Amino acid sequence: MSDSEHHVDLNQYIRRCGMVFVVVLCALGLMIYASYLPNVGWPAKVTIILAIAVCNAFVVASFLMHLLTEKKMIFTVLAFTVVFFTGLVGLTLWAMHDLPAGTAVH
Amino acid sequence: MEIPYTTELRPDTGVYNAKLGIWLFLASEVMLFGALFSAYILLRVGAPPGLWPHGWLDVRLGALNTVLLATSAITTLLAWAACKVRDFGKFRFFHGCTILLALTFLGIKSYEYHDKWIHYEVQLKDGRIADGHLVEQNDQAVVLHGRYVTDEKDLYDLRAQKDIQLGEITIDRASIKKMENYAPKHNTFTAIYFTLTGLHALHILGGTCVIFYFWAFGGSMWRKDPERFTNRVEVSGLFWHFVDLVWIFLFPVLYLT
Repeated sequence: MSDSEHHVDLNQYIRRCGMVFVVVLCALGLMIYASYLPNVGWPAKVTIILAIAVCNAFVVASFLMHLLTEKKMIFTVLAFTVVFFTGLVGLTLWAMHDLPAGTAVH
Repeated sequence: MEIPYTTELRPDTGVYNAKLGIWLFLASEVMLFGALFSAYILLRVGAPPGLWPHGWLDVRLGALNTVLLATSAITTLLAWAACKVRDFGKFRFFHGCTILLALTFLGIKSYEYHDKWIHYEVQLKDGRIADGHLVEQNDQAVVLHGRYVTDEKDLYDLRAQKDIQLGEITIDRASIKKMENYAPKHNTFTAIYFTLTGLHALHILGGTCVIFYFWAFGGSMWRKDPERFTNRVEVSGLFWHFVDLVWIFLFPVLYLT
């Protein structure tokens, strides 16, 4: 959230929250709609749904967690988190096909 | 003894200590859930074709929980904003709403867990499989509200099947080869489903306890040091938004894909 000395207008926050809520509802509806799309393959569906989820998460983090106006230190922490998270998921996926020699796959 | 930097900003970091602390904690939480999401991806991609469940979870309940959690994230923010404008009454109102929404979320999650717990797959000696919710059982027979299938794959992709006919079926115990409910041990999907949502629910429960503490016992600190109390509310709010963010990914991954 914003800095402790930051001025707050409660009515402005209520309006902003209303807009965020509408965005979240739209994203939710779009994700459900995309999951029922006929004639769309599973990889495409997953890509569409996760893309909507990422946009939804960005809105929540930006406006509800006030990430857009955060200090440099917080972004430094987040940058490290992104690097380690990418490594964690990337290495796991990379190792998925790294089977020992002679392994039989059924 | 005075604890430093509870309200004033620390010169070298630019934030008060608790805020840096919660962001570091959230970073570790990202790694915790990231490891579990990685496990999910491995299990999902490694599953044989046609043997990963689709449509096992009720999308309507998942969507309702998404709305509840999003609403609670907003009431959390408004509770903090009420503290900033020094309106303790509104703070209590908004955080009261947060607590109620969180408890409703947990109630729905419990219902979903219970639904899986009484859902049984019964393999019969003649090769058929009975699948459905347990109605009653005794020494002689088991009664399910469900259906028979001959191919196990028919139990996996429920979304692709139209007009599934369910009815009350009575199974003689002597004809049962194996009977198992949809508990975590049932298959890899239920294992990762219960692990991910269970860990998330524990976070909801923990966050609710903290918010309840501020709601019920925060008055004395509010009177003594409102700025410090406001920062505490902000820190707990950041945790709550993180929990909301996790659910934003859990819902599509588990319920929709």
